[in-house]
Amino acid sequence: MIPSLLAIEPGPYVTLQDRGRSGFRRFGVSCSGVMDLASFHLANRLVGNAPDAPALEFAHVGGLYEVAADSCRIAVTGGTFALSCGDVTLAPWWSHTLRRRQQVKIAGAPDAVWGYLAVAGGFAVTPQLGSSATHLRSGLGGLGGRCVAAGDPLPLLAAIAPGQPERRAMPVARPNWPLRVVPGPQQDFFARDAVETFYRGSFRVTHRADRMGTWLDGPPIRHAAGFNIVSDGVVPGCIQIPGSGQPLVLLMDCQTTGGYPKIATMITADLARFAQTRPGGQVRFSPVSVEAAHHLYCSYQARIDGLGHLIEEWP
Amino acid sequence: MPSFPATPPNPPYPRFLPLGDTALSVEFGDSISPELNAKVLALDAALAAAALDGIQETILSYRSLLVLYDPREMPYARLITALRGLASRPEQTEPPGRRHWTVPVVYDPPYGVDVPDVARRLDLAEEEVISLHAGADYRVYMVGFAPGMPYLGGLPERLHISRRDAPRPFVPEGSVLIGGMQTGIYPQRFPSGWHILGQTPLRPFDVERADPFMFRAGDRINFRRISVAEFDYLSGLPSEDMQPLARINS
Repeated sequence: MIPSLLAIEPGPYVTLQDRGRSGFRRFGVSCSGVMDLASFHLANRLVGNAPDAPALEFAHVGGLYEVAADSCRIAVTGGTFALSCGDVTLAPWWSHTLRRRQQVKIAGAPDAVWGYLAVAGGFAVTPQLGSSATHLRSGLGGLGGRCVAAGDPLPLLAAIAPGQPERRAMPVARPNWPLRVVPGPQQDFFARDAVETFYRGSFRVTHRADRMGTWLDGPPIRHAAGFNIVSDGVVPGCIQIPGSGQPLVLLMDCQTTGGYPKIATMITADLARFAQTRPGGQVRFSPVSVEAAHHLYCSYQARIDGLGHLIEEWP
Repeated sequence: MPSFPATPPNPPYPRFLPLGDTALSVEFGDSISPELNAKVLALDAALAAAALDGIQETILSYRSLLVLYDPREMPYARLITALRGLASRPEQTEPPGRRHWTVPVVYDPPYGVDVPDVARRLDLAEEEVISLHAGADYRVYMVGFAPGMPYLGGLPERLHISRRDAPRPFVPEGSVLIGGMQTGIYPQRFPSGWHILGQTPLRPFDVERADPFMFRAGDRINFRRISVAEFDYLSGLPSEDMQPLARINS
Protein backbone atom coordinates (compact mmCIF):
# COMPACT_ATOMS: atom_id res chain seq x y z
CA MET A 1 0.00 0.00 0.00
CA ILE A 2 1.28 3.41 -0.94
CA PRO A 3 1.16 5.62 2.15
CA SER A 4 -1.41 8.33 1.74
CA LEU A 5 -3.62 10.88 3.33
CA LEU A 6 -7.15 9.89 2.38
CA ALA A 7 -9.58 12.68 1.53
CA ILE A 8 -12.76 11.53 3.31
CA GLU A 9 -14.77 14.69 2.87
CA PRO A 10 -12.63 17.48 1.43
CA GLY A 11 -13.77 21.10 1.33
CA PRO A 12 -15.27 22.37 -1.95
CA TYR A 13 -12.12 24.13 -3.20
CA VAL A 14 -9.04 22.14 -2.23
CA THR A 15 -6.07 22.00 -4.62
CA LEU A 16 -2.42 21.06 -4.49
CA GLN A 17 -0.23 24.14 -4.84
CA ASP A 18 3.39 25.19 -4.74
CA ARG A 19 5.20 28.39 -5.77
CA GLY A 20 3.66 28.17 -9.24
CA ARG A 21 4.87 27.89 -12.83
CA SER A 22 7.33 30.21 -14.43
CA GLY A 23 8.55 30.54 -17.98
CA PHE A 24 5.35 29.51 -19.77
CA ARG A 25 3.24 32.65 -19.50
CA ARG A 26 4.28 33.58 -23.05
CA PHE A 27 2.34 30.48 -24.13
CA GLY A 28 -0.77 31.38 -22.19
CA VAL A 29 -0.03 29.27 -19.11
CA SER A 30 -1.00 31.01 -15.86
CA CYS A 31 1.54 31.06 -13.06
CA SER A 32 -0.88 29.68 -10.40
CA GLY A 33 0.73 28.86 -7.05
CA VAL A 34 -0.23 29.67 -3.47
CA MET A 35 -2.32 32.70 -2.56
CA ASP A 36 -0.51 33.25 0.77
CA LEU A 37 3.19 32.51 0.43
CA ALA A 38 4.14 33.16 4.07
CA SER A 39 1.49 30.80 5.46
CA PHE A 40 2.43 28.13 2.90
CA HIS A 41 6.11 28.38 3.82
CA LEU A 42 5.33 28.19 7.51
CA ALA A 43 3.19 25.07 7.05
CA ASN A 44 6.08 23.34 5.30
CA ARG A 45 8.67 24.53 7.82
CA LEU A 46 6.50 23.33 10.72
CA VAL A 47 6.68 19.76 9.41
CA GLY A 48 10.35 19.99 8.48
CA ASN A 49 9.91 20.25 4.70
CA ALA A 50 11.66 22.49 2.22
CA PRO A 51 9.53 25.69 2.21
CA ASP A 52 8.33 25.23 -1.39
CA ALA A 53 7.17 21.59 -1.14
CA PRO A 54 3.66 21.07 -2.60
CA ALA A 55 0.90 21.41 0.01
CA LEU A 56 -2.89 21.39 0.04
CA GLU A 57 -4.53 24.79 -0.24
CA PHE A 58 -8.18 25.16 0.72
CA ALA A 59 -10.68 28.01 0.71
CA HIS A 60 -12.71 28.58 3.89
CA VAL A 61 -13.00 24.89 4.89
CA GLY A 62 -10.37 22.17 4.68
CA GLY A 63 -12.51 19.10 5.26
CA LEU A 64 -11.90 15.66 6.74
CA TYR A 65 -8.79 13.55 6.06
CA GLU A 66 -7.61 10.15 7.33
CA VAL A 67 -4.07 8.91 7.75
CA ALA A 68 -3.43 5.83 5.61
CA ALA A 69 0.23 5.48 6.60
CA ASP A 70 2.02 4.29 9.74
CA SER A 71 1.94 7.86 10.99
CA CYS A 72 1.91 11.33 9.52
CA ARG A 73 2.99 14.74 10.78
CA ILE A 74 0.78 17.60 9.63
CA ALA A 75 0.47 21.34 10.10
CA VAL A 76 -2.35 23.72 9.17
CA THR A 77 -1.67 27.44 8.69
CA GLY A 78 -3.24 30.46 7.02
CA GLY A 79 -5.60 31.48 9.81
CA THR A 80 -7.18 30.41 13.07
CA PHE A 81 -8.78 27.34 11.49
CA ALA A 82 -10.84 25.12 13.81
CA LEU A 83 -8.88 21.89 13.81
CA SER A 84 -9.67 18.61 15.52
CA CYS A 85 -8.78 14.95 15.70
CA GLY A 86 -11.80 13.11 17.03
CA ASP A 87 -12.77 14.92 20.23
CA VAL A 88 -9.37 16.51 20.62
CA THR A 89 -8.92 20.10 19.52
CA LEU A 90 -5.65 20.74 17.72
CA ALA A 91 -3.94 24.11 17.32
CA PRO A 92 -3.39 25.67 13.92
CA TRP A 93 0.16 26.96 13.33
CA TRP A 94 1.45 23.91 15.26
CA SER A 95 2.64 20.55 13.97
CA HIS A 96 0.84 17.41 15.08
CA THR A 97 1.58 13.74 14.57
CA LEU A 98 -1.33 11.43 13.77
CA ARG A 99 -1.37 7.64 13.76
CA ARG A 100 -2.85 5.34 11.14
CA ARG A 101 -6.64 5.71 10.76
CA GLN A 102 -6.77 8.88 12.83
CA GLN A 103 -8.75 11.63 11.18
CA VAL A 104 -8.14 15.37 11.11
CA LYS A 105 -11.03 17.74 10.54
CA ILE A 106 -10.35 21.28 9.33
CA ALA A 107 -13.31 23.65 9.67
CA GLY A 108 -13.46 27.41 9.10
CA ALA A 109 -11.44 30.35 10.38
CA PRO A 110 -12.79 33.75 11.44
CA ASP A 111 -9.70 35.56 10.18
CA ALA A 112 -8.77 33.97 6.85
CA VAL A 113 -9.94 32.59 3.53
CA TRP A 114 -7.00 30.45 2.42
CA GLY A 115 -5.55 27.67 4.54
CA TYR A 116 -2.63 25.28 4.02
CA LEU A 117 -2.19 21.66 5.04
CA ALA A 118 1.39 20.43 4.79
CA VAL A 119 2.56 16.88 5.52
CA ALA A 120 6.05 15.86 6.62
CA GLY A 121 7.97 14.52 3.63
CA GLY A 122 5.50 16.10 1.22
CA PHE A 123 2.99 14.77 -1.29
CA ALA A 124 4.16 12.45 -4.07
CA VAL A 125 3.01 14.27 -7.20
CA THR A 126 4.57 14.61 -10.62
CA PRO A 127 5.10 18.22 -11.68
CA GLN A 128 3.74 19.44 -15.01
CA LEU A 129 5.57 22.23 -16.82
CA GLY A 130 7.91 22.55 -13.87
CA SER A 131 5.35 22.84 -11.08
CA SER A 132 2.84 20.83 -9.07
CA ALA A 133 0.51 23.82 -8.77
CA THR A 134 -3.04 23.04 -9.89
CA HIS A 135 -4.54 25.30 -12.56
CA LEU A 136 -8.18 24.24 -12.71
CA ARG A 137 -9.17 26.04 -15.87
CA SER A 138 -6.50 24.41 -18.01
CA GLY A 139 -6.44 21.15 -16.07
CA LEU A 140 -2.75 21.36 -15.24
CA GLY A 141 -0.77 20.14 -12.22
CA GLY A 142 -1.81 18.74 -8.86
CA LEU A 143 -4.18 15.77 -9.01
CA GLY A 144 -5.03 15.59 -12.70
CA GLY A 145 -5.52 19.36 -12.80
CA ARG A 146 -8.62 19.22 -10.60
CA CYS A 147 -9.81 19.82 -7.06
CA VAL A 148 -9.33 17.14 -4.42
CA ALA A 149 -12.45 14.93 -4.34
CA ALA A 150 -13.90 12.58 -1.74
CA GLY A 151 -12.11 9.25 -1.81
CA ASP A 152 -8.87 10.62 -3.30
CA PRO A 153 -5.79 9.07 -1.73
CA LEU A 154 -3.17 11.85 -1.55
CA PRO A 155 0.09 9.89 -1.89
CA LEU A 156 2.75 10.65 0.72
CA LEU A 157 6.50 10.47 0.23
CA ALA A 158 7.06 9.42 3.87
CA ALA A 159 5.34 6.37 5.41
CA ILE A 160 6.17 7.43 8.94
CA ALA A 161 6.34 10.73 10.82
CA PRO A 162 9.78 12.14 11.67
CA GLY A 163 11.17 11.62 15.16
CA GLN A 164 12.05 15.25 15.82
CA PRO A 165 10.10 17.32 18.35
CA GLU A 166 6.90 19.05 17.25
CA ARG A 167 7.06 22.71 16.24
CA ARG A 168 4.85 25.74 16.62
CA ALA A 169 4.85 29.09 14.88
CA MET A 170 3.69 32.63 15.50
CA PRO A 171 0.76 33.31 13.17
CA VAL A 172 1.49 35.64 10.28
CA ALA A 173 0.48 39.20 11.17
CA ARG A 174 -1.96 40.94 8.80
CA PRO A 175 -2.28 44.62 9.66
CA ASN A 176 -5.40 46.32 8.39
CA TRP A 177 -3.58 49.06 6.44
CA PRO A 178 -4.73 50.22 3.04
CA LEU A 179 -3.51 47.97 0.23
CA ARG A 180 -0.60 49.54 -1.54
CA VAL A 181 -0.74 49.79 -5.30
CA VAL A 182 1.42 51.18 -8.08
CA PRO A 183 -0.80 53.38 -10.32
CA GLY A 184 -1.30 52.17 -13.89
CA PRO A 185 -0.52 50.85 -16.40
CA GLN A 186 -3.82 52.27 -17.76
CA GLN A 187 -4.69 55.02 -15.30
CA ASP A 188 -5.00 57.29 -18.35
CA PHE A 189 -8.28 55.49 -19.22
CA PHE A 190 -9.87 57.21 -16.22
CA ALA A 191 -10.71 60.84 -15.55
CA ARG A 192 -9.18 62.53 -12.52
CA ASP A 193 -12.36 62.23 -10.42
CA ALA A 194 -12.53 58.49 -11.15
CA VAL A 195 -8.95 58.09 -9.94
CA GLU A 196 -9.90 60.02 -6.79
CA THR A 197 -12.90 57.75 -6.26
CA PHE A 198 -10.63 54.74 -6.50
CA TYR A 199 -8.19 56.01 -3.86
CA ARG A 200 -10.75 57.67 -1.59
CA GLY A 201 -13.40 54.95 -1.68
CA SER A 202 -13.84 51.86 0.44
CA PHE A 203 -14.56 48.59 -1.39
CA ARG A 204 -16.30 45.51 -0.11
CA VAL A 205 -14.86 42.08 -0.87
CA THR A 206 -17.63 40.05 -2.52
CA HIS A 207 -18.36 36.32 -2.71
CA ARG A 208 -17.46 36.39 -6.39
CA ALA A 209 -13.95 35.26 -5.61
CA ASP A 210 -11.79 32.35 -6.66
CA ARG A 211 -8.16 31.66 -7.45
CA MET A 212 -8.45 33.72 -10.67
CA GLY A 213 -9.59 36.92 -9.00
CA THR A 214 -11.86 38.73 -6.56
CA TRP A 215 -14.63 41.16 -7.47
CA LEU A 216 -15.05 44.22 -5.28
CA ASP A 217 -18.17 46.26 -4.67
CA GLY A 218 -17.97 50.00 -4.14
CA PRO A 219 -18.41 53.39 -5.77
CA PRO A 220 -18.28 52.80 -9.55
CA ILE A 221 -15.06 53.84 -11.26
CA ARG A 222 -16.05 55.52 -14.51
CA HIS A 223 -13.93 55.25 -17.63
CA ALA A 224 -13.03 58.43 -19.47
CA ALA A 225 -13.65 56.87 -22.88
CA GLY A 226 -14.43 53.22 -23.39
CA PHE A 227 -13.37 50.18 -21.46
CA ASN A 228 -11.77 48.03 -24.11
CA ILE A 229 -8.04 48.11 -24.59
CA VAL A 230 -5.97 46.16 -27.07
CA SER A 231 -5.37 42.98 -25.03
CA ASP A 232 -2.02 42.97 -23.27
CA GLY A 233 -0.15 41.08 -20.55
CA VAL A 234 -1.45 40.98 -16.98
CA VAL A 235 -0.06 39.70 -13.67
CA PRO A 236 -1.61 38.79 -10.30
CA GLY A 237 -2.35 42.04 -8.47
CA CYS A 238 -3.62 43.90 -11.53
CA ILE A 239 -6.85 45.76 -10.76
CA GLN A 240 -9.05 45.66 -13.83
CA ILE A 241 -12.05 47.94 -14.24
CA PRO A 242 -14.52 46.41 -16.71
CA GLY A 243 -17.65 48.13 -18.03
CA SER A 244 -19.55 47.79 -14.74
CA GLY A 245 -17.04 50.11 -13.04
CA GLN A 246 -16.52 47.56 -10.25
CA PRO A 247 -12.91 46.48 -9.68
CA LEU A 248 -11.68 42.94 -10.32
CA VAL A 249 -8.40 42.17 -8.55
CA LEU A 250 -6.55 39.47 -10.46
CA LEU A 251 -4.99 36.68 -8.39
CA MET A 252 -2.69 33.70 -8.92
CA ASP A 253 -4.76 31.74 -11.49
CA CYS A 254 -5.47 34.81 -13.64
CA GLN A 255 -5.05 34.57 -17.38
CA THR A 256 -1.84 35.83 -18.93
CA THR A 257 -3.49 38.52 -21.04
CA GLY A 258 -6.56 40.69 -20.67
CA GLY A 259 -8.55 43.38 -22.42
CA TYR A 260 -9.81 45.63 -19.62
CA PRO A 261 -7.97 48.75 -18.44
CA LYS A 262 -5.91 48.27 -15.28
CA ILE A 263 -6.17 51.34 -13.06
CA ALA A 264 -3.45 50.10 -10.70
CA THR A 265 -1.49 47.01 -9.66
CA MET A 266 -1.17 45.79 -6.07
CA ILE A 267 2.33 45.32 -4.69
CA THR A 268 3.55 41.78 -4.10
CA ALA A 269 3.83 42.25 -0.33
CA ASP A 270 0.10 43.03 0.02
CA LEU A 271 -1.36 40.31 -2.26
CA ALA A 272 -1.73 37.67 0.45
CA ARG A 273 -3.21 40.17 2.91
CA PHE A 274 -5.82 41.06 0.28
CA ALA A 275 -6.52 37.44 -0.70
CA GLN A 276 -7.06 36.56 2.97
CA THR A 277 -9.73 39.26 3.41
CA ARG A 278 -13.03 37.51 3.94
CA PRO A 279 -16.16 38.33 1.90
CA GLY A 280 -17.84 41.38 3.42
CA GLY A 281 -14.51 42.86 4.50
CA GLN A 282 -13.67 46.41 3.43
CA VAL A 283 -10.48 47.37 1.64
CA ARG A 284 -8.89 50.66 0.58
CA PHE A 285 -6.09 51.44 -1.82
CA SER A 286 -3.10 53.66 -1.31
CA PRO A 287 -0.78 54.68 -4.18
CA VAL A 288 2.99 54.17 -3.91
CA SER A 289 5.78 54.86 -6.38
CA VAL A 290 7.59 52.00 -8.13
CA GLU A 291 10.69 52.87 -6.12
CA ALA A 292 8.81 52.64 -2.82
CA ALA A 293 7.19 49.39 -3.98
CA HIS A 294 10.66 47.95 -4.64
CA HIS A 295 11.81 48.79 -1.10
CA LEU A 296 8.67 47.08 0.21
CA TYR A 297 9.31 44.10 -2.09
CA CYS A 298 12.84 43.64 -0.73
CA SER A 299 11.75 43.78 2.89
CA TYR A 300 8.85 41.40 2.10
CA GLN A 301 11.23 38.86 0.56
CA ALA A 302 13.56 39.22 3.55
CA ARG A 303 10.59 38.50 5.85
CA ILE A 304 9.72 35.40 3.80
CA ASP A 305 13.33 34.19 3.94
CA GLY A 306 13.39 34.78 7.71
CA LEU A 307 10.13 32.99 8.56
CA GLY A 308 12.14 30.27 10.31
CA HIS A 309 12.54 32.70 13.22
CA LEU A 310 8.82 32.48 13.91
CA ILE A 311 9.13 28.77 14.66
CA GLU A 312 10.13 27.03 17.90
CA GLU A 313 10.16 23.47 19.06
CA TRP A 314 7.88 22.23 21.84
CA PRO A 315 7.33 21.00 24.47
CA MET B 1 -5.80 65.58 2.62
CA PRO B 2 -4.09 62.79 0.72
CA SER B 3 -2.80 63.50 -2.74
CA PHE B 4 -3.85 61.27 -5.60
CA PRO B 5 -1.49 60.22 -8.32
CA ALA B 6 -1.81 62.54 -11.28
CA THR B 7 -2.00 60.84 -14.66
CA PRO B 8 1.15 61.82 -16.51
CA PRO B 9 0.78 63.11 -20.06
CA ASN B 10 1.37 60.35 -22.56
CA PRO B 11 5.04 60.23 -23.53
CA PRO B 12 5.98 59.23 -27.06
CA TYR B 13 6.29 55.53 -27.86
CA PRO B 14 7.86 53.34 -26.73
CA ARG B 15 6.19 53.88 -23.36
CA PHE B 16 7.42 52.15 -20.19
CA LEU B 17 4.54 51.37 -17.84
CA PRO B 18 4.92 49.55 -14.52
CA LEU B 19 2.51 46.76 -13.49
CA GLY B 20 3.24 46.76 -9.78
CA ASP B 21 6.71 45.95 -8.49
CA THR B 22 7.75 43.00 -10.68
CA ALA B 23 6.50 43.72 -14.21
CA LEU B 24 7.10 46.45 -16.78
CA SER B 25 5.19 46.89 -20.02
CA VAL B 26 6.95 48.29 -23.06
CA GLU B 27 4.24 49.69 -25.35
CA PHE B 28 4.89 50.44 -29.01
CA GLY B 29 1.45 51.77 -29.89
CA ASP B 30 -2.25 51.24 -29.23
CA SER B 31 -3.45 49.48 -32.36
CA ILE B 32 -3.22 46.08 -34.02
CA SER B 33 -0.80 45.90 -36.90
CA PRO B 34 1.94 43.54 -38.10
CA GLU B 35 4.45 46.41 -37.86
CA LEU B 36 3.82 47.05 -34.15
CA ASN B 37 3.74 43.34 -33.40
CA ALA B 38 7.09 42.93 -35.19
CA LYS B 39 8.61 45.47 -32.79
CA VAL B 40 7.33 43.43 -29.85
CA LEU B 41 8.92 40.30 -31.29
CA ALA B 42 12.18 42.10 -32.03
CA LEU B 43 12.45 43.46 -28.49
CA ASP B 44 11.67 40.05 -27.03
CA ALA B 45 14.40 38.45 -29.14
CA ALA B 46 16.91 41.20 -28.28
CA LEU B 47 16.11 40.89 -24.58
CA ALA B 48 16.59 37.12 -24.67
CA ALA B 49 19.92 37.55 -26.47
CA ALA B 50 21.07 40.14 -23.93
CA ALA B 51 20.56 37.55 -21.13
CA LEU B 52 20.30 40.18 -18.38
CA ASP B 53 20.28 39.13 -14.72
CA GLY B 54 16.94 39.38 -12.99
CA ILE B 55 14.73 39.01 -16.08
CA GLN B 56 12.33 36.14 -15.38
CA GLU B 57 10.01 35.84 -18.35
CA THR B 58 8.11 37.88 -20.91
CA ILE B 59 4.54 37.99 -22.21
CA LEU B 60 4.17 39.09 -25.83
CA SER B 61 0.96 40.79 -26.93
CA TYR B 62 -0.32 42.72 -29.95
CA ARG B 63 1.51 45.96 -29.30
CA SER B 64 3.46 45.54 -26.07
CA LEU B 65 5.97 43.35 -24.32
CA LEU B 66 5.47 42.65 -20.62
CA VAL B 67 8.79 42.03 -18.88
CA LEU B 68 8.69 40.20 -15.53
CA TYR B 69 11.72 40.88 -13.36
CA ASP B 70 13.11 40.54 -9.85
CA PRO B 71 13.80 44.05 -8.52
CA ARG B 72 16.45 42.65 -6.15
CA GLU B 73 18.58 41.66 -9.12
CA MET B 74 17.52 44.28 -11.66
CA PRO B 75 17.14 47.87 -10.42
CA TYR B 76 14.27 49.72 -12.10
CA ALA B 77 16.38 52.51 -13.59
CA ARG B 78 18.79 50.02 -15.12
CA LEU B 79 15.91 47.94 -16.51
CA ILE B 80 14.38 50.94 -18.28
CA THR B 81 17.75 52.07 -19.63
CA ALA B 82 18.45 48.56 -20.95
CA LEU B 83 15.01 48.18 -22.55
CA ARG B 84 15.14 51.67 -24.06
CA GLY B 85 18.48 50.80 -25.61
CA LEU B 86 17.23 47.50 -27.01
CA ALA B 87 13.96 49.03 -28.25
CA SER B 88 15.66 51.88 -30.12
CA ARG B 89 17.95 49.70 -32.19
CA PRO B 90 17.52 50.31 -35.90
CA GLU B 91 16.72 46.66 -36.72
CA GLN B 92 13.20 46.90 -35.29
CA THR B 93 11.79 44.48 -37.81
CA GLU B 94 10.56 40.96 -37.86
CA PRO B 95 13.16 38.61 -36.36
CA PRO B 96 14.08 35.87 -38.83
CA GLY B 97 12.70 32.39 -38.47
CA ARG B 98 8.95 33.05 -38.47
CA ARG B 99 7.34 29.67 -38.67
CA HIS B 100 4.62 28.84 -41.17
CA TRP B 101 1.87 26.34 -40.46
CA THR B 102 -0.88 24.91 -42.59
CA VAL B 103 -3.68 23.92 -40.27
CA PRO B 104 -6.01 21.20 -41.60
CA VAL B 105 -9.68 21.99 -40.92
CA VAL B 106 -12.81 19.98 -41.63
CA TYR B 107 -15.60 22.44 -42.40
CA ASP B 108 -18.20 19.81 -43.32
CA PRO B 109 -20.94 18.48 -41.07
CA PRO B 110 -21.03 17.46 -38.32
CA TYR B 111 -18.01 19.66 -37.46
CA GLY B 112 -18.73 23.06 -39.01
CA VAL B 113 -22.03 23.40 -37.16
CA ASP B 114 -22.37 27.16 -37.60
CA VAL B 115 -21.41 27.40 -41.29
CA PRO B 116 -25.07 27.52 -42.51
CA ASP B 117 -26.03 30.15 -39.92
CA VAL B 118 -22.93 32.27 -40.64
CA ALA B 119 -23.65 32.08 -44.37
CA ARG B 120 -27.22 33.25 -43.82
CA ARG B 121 -26.23 36.10 -41.52
CA LEU B 122 -23.47 37.35 -43.82
CA ASP B 123 -25.52 36.79 -46.98
CA LEU B 124 -22.90 34.43 -48.44
CA ALA B 125 -23.06 30.94 -49.85
CA GLU B 126 -21.78 28.27 -47.47
CA GLU B 127 -18.97 27.47 -49.92
CA GLU B 128 -17.98 31.17 -49.94
CA VAL B 129 -17.72 31.23 -46.14
CA ILE B 130 -15.41 28.23 -46.28
CA SER B 131 -13.28 29.41 -49.18
CA LEU B 132 -12.89 32.90 -47.68
CA HIS B 133 -11.79 31.46 -44.34
CA ALA B 134 -9.49 28.82 -45.84
CA GLY B 135 -8.07 31.19 -48.44
CA ALA B 136 -6.67 33.94 -46.21
CA ASP B 137 -3.22 34.46 -44.64
CA TYR B 138 -3.21 34.75 -40.86
CA ARG B 139 -0.70 35.98 -38.35
CA VAL B 140 -0.37 34.79 -34.76
CA TYR B 141 -0.19 38.11 -32.92
CA MET B 142 0.02 36.57 -29.48
CA VAL B 143 -0.66 33.44 -27.47
CA GLY B 144 -2.83 33.92 -24.41
CA PHE B 145 -6.18 33.41 -22.67
CA ALA B 146 -5.43 29.69 -22.36
CA PRO B 147 -2.38 27.49 -22.91
CA GLY B 148 -1.38 27.52 -26.58
CA MET B 149 -4.33 29.63 -27.74
CA PRO B 150 -3.33 31.79 -30.72
CA TYR B 151 -4.82 35.25 -31.32
CA LEU B 152 -5.03 35.37 -35.10
CA GLY B 153 -5.24 38.45 -37.31
CA GLY B 154 -6.12 38.46 -41.00
CA LEU B 155 -9.77 37.39 -41.09
CA PRO B 156 -11.29 38.70 -44.36
CA GLU B 157 -13.65 41.60 -43.74
CA ARG B 158 -16.57 39.75 -45.30
CA LEU B 159 -16.36 37.24 -42.44
CA HIS B 160 -16.50 39.83 -39.65
CA ILE B 161 -19.54 38.91 -37.58
CA SER B 162 -21.03 39.71 -34.20
CA ARG B 163 -21.02 37.06 -31.51
CA ARG B 164 -23.72 34.46 -31.04
CA ASP B 165 -26.70 35.60 -29.00
CA ALA B 166 -26.28 32.65 -26.65
CA PRO B 167 -22.71 31.58 -25.85
CA ARG B 168 -22.14 27.84 -25.75
CA PRO B 169 -21.15 26.41 -22.34
CA PHE B 170 -18.28 24.72 -24.13
CA VAL B 171 -16.90 24.07 -27.59
CA PRO B 172 -14.75 21.00 -28.33
CA GLU B 173 -10.96 21.04 -28.34
CA GLY B 174 -9.68 21.96 -31.79
CA SER B 175 -12.70 24.08 -32.73
CA VAL B 176 -11.98 26.70 -35.38
CA LEU B 177 -14.19 29.72 -34.78
CA ILE B 178 -14.90 33.27 -35.89
CA GLY B 179 -16.16 36.18 -33.80
CA GLY B 180 -15.89 39.93 -34.32
CA MET B 181 -12.87 40.58 -36.52
CA GLN B 182 -11.06 37.50 -35.27
CA THR B 183 -10.67 33.82 -35.90
CA GLY B 184 -9.36 31.36 -33.36
CA ILE B 185 -8.35 27.77 -32.71
CA TYR B 186 -9.42 26.49 -29.30
CA PRO B 187 -6.74 24.32 -27.70
CA GLN B 188 -9.07 23.08 -24.96
CA ARG B 189 -12.75 22.74 -24.16
CA PHE B 190 -13.95 26.23 -23.28
CA PRO B 191 -17.12 28.28 -23.21
CA SER B 192 -17.43 30.49 -26.29
CA GLY B 193 -19.74 32.98 -27.92
CA TRP B 194 -18.02 32.62 -31.28
CA HIS B 195 -19.28 30.70 -34.32
CA ILE B 196 -17.87 27.24 -35.03
CA LEU B 197 -16.71 26.95 -38.66
CA GLY B 198 -14.92 23.64 -38.29
CA GLN B 199 -12.48 21.54 -36.37
CA THR B 200 -8.78 20.73 -36.67
CA PRO B 201 -7.23 17.43 -35.63
CA LEU B 202 -4.10 19.37 -34.59
CA ARG B 203 -3.53 19.90 -30.90
CA PRO B 204 -2.24 23.44 -30.31
CA PHE B 205 -1.54 22.42 -26.68
CA ASP B 206 -0.48 18.97 -25.55
CA VAL B 207 1.35 18.91 -22.25
CA GLU B 208 2.69 15.41 -22.97
CA ARG B 209 4.29 16.45 -26.29
CA ALA B 210 8.02 17.29 -26.40
CA ASP B 211 7.01 20.79 -27.53
CA PRO B 212 3.67 21.33 -25.78
CA PHE B 213 2.87 24.63 -27.52
CA MET B 214 2.47 24.61 -31.25
CA PHE B 215 2.16 28.30 -32.01
CA ARG B 216 4.33 31.31 -31.19
CA ALA B 217 3.68 34.99 -31.63
CA GLY B 218 4.73 35.91 -35.17
CA ASP B 219 3.91 32.54 -36.76
CA ARG B 220 2.05 32.46 -40.10
CA ILE B 221 -0.99 30.26 -40.47
CA ASN B 222 -3.04 29.08 -43.42
CA PHE B 223 -6.04 26.82 -43.10
CA ARG B 224 -6.40 23.83 -45.44
CA ARG B 225 -9.78 22.29 -46.05
CA ILE B 226 -9.86 18.56 -45.40
CA SER B 227 -12.53 15.88 -45.69
CA VAL B 228 -14.16 14.08 -42.81
CA ALA B 229 -12.18 10.97 -43.84
CA GLU B 230 -8.86 12.85 -43.64
CA PHE B 231 -9.89 14.37 -40.32
CA ASP B 232 -10.58 10.90 -38.95
CA TYR B 233 -7.22 9.63 -40.23
CA LEU B 234 -5.22 12.57 -38.82
CA SER B 235 -7.09 12.40 -35.51
CA GLY B 236 -5.76 8.88 -35.06
CA LEU B 237 -2.11 9.98 -35.36
CA PRO B 238 -0.05 10.64 -32.23
CA SER B 239 0.14 14.36 -31.64
CA GLU B 240 3.97 14.10 -31.83
CA ASP B 241 3.68 12.89 -35.47
CA MET B 242 0.99 15.31 -36.55
CA GLN B 243 2.84 18.48 -35.66
CA PRO B 244 5.60 18.17 -38.35
CA LEU B 245 2.96 17.43 -41.01
CA ALA B 246 1.52 20.89 -40.49
CA ARG B 247 4.83 22.73 -40.62
CA ILE B 248 5.62 24.32 -44.00
CA ASN B 249 9.09 25.70 -43.33
CA SER B 250 11.64 24.55 -40.78
